[in-house]
Amino acid sequence: MITLGHYLIVSGVLFTIGFAGVMVRRNLIIILMSLELMLNAANLSLVAFSRFHVDAAGTPNYSAQVFVFFIITVAAAEVAVGLAIVVALFRLRQTTHVEDITSLKF
Amino acid sequence: MLIFGAAVIINRNPVASALSLVVSFLGLAALFTMLNAYFIGVIQVLVYAGAIMVLFLFIIMLLDLRAEELRKINWIASAGGVAVALALFVQIFAVVERLPAAKQAFPELPRSTTDDVHRIGLSLFTNYTLPFQVIGIVILIATVGVIVLSRRETR
Repeated sequence: MITLGHYLIVSGVLFTIGFAGVMVRRNLIIILMSLELMLNAANLSLVAFSRFHVDAAGTPNYSAQVFVFFIITVAAAEVAVGLAIVVALFRLRQTTHVEDITSLKF
Repeated sequence: MLIFGAAVIINRNPVASALSLVVSFLGLAALFTMLNAYFIGVIQVLVYAGAIMVLFLFIIMLLDLRAEELRKINWIASAGGVAVALALFVQIFAVVERLPAAKQAFPELPRSTTDDVHRIGLSLFTNYTLPFQVIGIVILIATVGVIVLSRRETR
């Protein structure tokens, strides 16, 4: 029997993988991919809660799915801006490695 | 899905990471479909596995990142990062274990939800009109920002 908890655990594992990617990897593009993984983990738990909360009319809670739609849209905009920044940085420094970009380091 | 999610951060080659991410997103779309969220599943395949991943692969190919593979790894920093992530997961797991609703199965749906595009659209244009328009402005600003960022300096 698949319960709500199983989906939440899977979502937590996915978020942890994304978080570990942001902490461990030193390539800006991989860090952006890990951010996408974390956003998707949030989407998965939102959809699971939407399916869990069935109202009196017998439909899932569609507000959560509208919210997931907004998250996907914002994530697409964020990836576009992030990759544009990476390209501009690469043009300036010929690297996407975060340890080579320390101009703001105190 | 989780295996390919882990492959994203384990692979040294960015192209392999991006392809693993595609497979992971497809698995996630299957999970959405299992949860009767057909619209979200379709959007996941179209937007993530389609548009965003093409963007990632395009940038990886454009920048030609193969030289990045030859770096040594700082193992102490990596172990620290993994430890922090594991601590986060332990906390998530503890919260889910204490949640009483987490042990219940999903309630039965009395009828099919294949009309969820209609319902989500109705909700989007009645209850959530203002956020929808704000999202439109956000995308417009992102487009303008990307153009400004990728413009070549003419001086």
